[in-house]
Amino acid sequence: MSTPFQTLSLPTDLPLDSGQVLSGVQIAYETYGELAGDKSNAILICHALTGDQYVASTHPVTGKPGWWERMVGPGKPIDTDRYHVICANVIGSCMGSTGPASAAADGAPYAMRFPVITIRDMVRGLVALLDALGIERLHAVVGGSMGGMQALSLAANWPERAERVLAIATTARHSAQNIAFHEVGRQAIMADPNWQGGDYYGGESAPDAGLAVARMAAHITYLSEEGLTEKFGRRLQDREEKTFGFDADFQVESYLRYQGSGFTRRFDANSYLYITRAMDYFDIAEEHAKDGQEGKLADAFAGTKARFCVVSFDSDWLYPTSESRHVVHALNAAGAPVSFVELSAPFGHDSFLLDVPALDRVVKGFLDG
Amino acid sequence: MGDALRPDLAVIAAHVPQGARVLDVGCGDGVLLATLRDEKGVDARGIEIDPVCVERCVARGLSVVQGDADKDLTFYPDGAFDVAILSQTLQTAARPDHMLRELLRVGSRAFVSFPNFAYWRMRWALMSKGRMPVTRHLPVSWYETQNIHHVTVKDFEQLAADLGIVIENRWFFTREHEVAKGGANWRAEYALFEVSGR
Repeated sequence: MSTPFQTLSLPTDLPLDSGQVLSGVQIAYETYGELAGDKSNAILICHALTGDQYVASTHPVTGKPGWWERMVGPGKPIDTDRYHVICANVIGSCMGSTGPASAAADGAPYAMRFPVITIRDMVRGLVALLDALGIERLHAVVGGSMGGMQALSLAANWPERAERVLAIATTARHSAQNIAFHEVGRQAIMADPNWQGGDYYGGESAPDAGLAVARMAAHITYLSEEGLTEKFGRRLQDREEKTFGFDADFQVESYLRYQGSGFTRRFDANSYLYITRAMDYFDIAEEHAKDGQEGKLADAFAGTKARFCVVSFDSDWLYPTSESRHVVHALNAAGAPVSFVELSAPFGHDSFLLDVPALDRVVKGFLDG
Repeated sequence: MGDALRPDLAVIAAHVPQGARVLDVGCGDGVLLATLRDEKGVDARGIEIDPVCVERCVARGLSVVQGDADKDLTFYPDGAFDVAILSQTLQTAARPDHMLRELLRVGSRAFVSFPNFAYWRMRWALMSKGRMPVTRHLPVSWYETQNIHHVTVKDFEQLAADLGIVIENRWFFTREHEVAKGGANWRAEYALFEVSGR
């Protein structure tokens, strides 16, 4: 991609959980709103799996509005008249931060030579960015889904860096079901003959079919049955009768195909492999296990001074309320000030991105209070 | 204290020590917690089952967890709070005796208020009409009420004795006024107790 990103070169190497080290790391980021003189009003927003730094500005590839434009901006719940919002592309991704499509030391793309990363590695990259920007302590770190994992990871591993932690529709560990869905997506990509062991950069064709299938499968997990039924039911697409073939007869099929093909224009298949792997490895309690004992999540948060707000949605079956409650109980046990609310919304996991006015009120109340 | 506080809440607010760690179980929209935070500098936490109320609490900048007090108190460590508050909620608990024990496990003392089912208007309604009373403090018909364990002043005192709980203080109210302690079981519409473990 030739789009110029606002990037920062990290001055030092980035050590990774795998034991490997990434050198010459670039972090691409966007900022909104003025940073106060004492740098006390910075809010770090962490994006989800296929998100990016364009949280509240036009996406340079798709031309679409930022992914959380309804939440972030002047006078909005995350008010850029008050706060300096920072959103960075995570390492491993493909919108300007170092990832599998980036050039390795030999000048060729890393492809599958890119080291396997974790959520904590992504946060290491974000913390390094904050260091470079001279921001010692955030007013808040905010994230939904994978962004919420990063917010919790930051709180557990860098407890001094954020005053407030807002984790929405997320979990402190990836469940077997989540891992299973991700594996379906990865297998779809790797089964695409155009994947070529990941060495498709600069070639004629990329594993778009596999990546589109991965996106289609994942997209179903972001919605609710109720939402799908309401939106599509069993209605047919542009036809009166079934074709007795394998065209997209149903509206829901055509919608998923559209989602899948649109996704391949803005996302790299290898990044999808690496980022889903990072999410699957995510287990904050396990990270803090000691002496062969099973880790306790409360111990991971023992040192935190932050205030927490955890939000779930009643129709989210990917990161259900029980996962959020698990986090809340651990925070209670650690004595951390925590708020938790399960909001009612029909949109499934995607509710955090959509029009749920109660979420706006909770976000604003938590950040301003 | 906050001018909108119900009399029992005002008494609680007056008796919570400055800077205490407080858990309000069934904290509603957080009016008491906000008062305690703003006027007494307490570390204020709450549990509330209604998501709309929780949302209002969060908007007030309070730390409130949506949950069911019957189940979720167990997730709080022993002695995590100086004061636990259970206002007008005891009668909704699945097991009020377990709830009291849990309150005094997580808090070193507790304030508990409840509608007094032995209040003379209740007795009169039951005796004269032969039907379950519906009053200001028990405003919902028997079949839809959340109040599943009606309790009287005497019953509460007996329960405290059975559980080995010390009653440190007691206040009684009718309408918006505190009433004398004599004959409270007849005369009080609702009651507030301050209790501690042994």
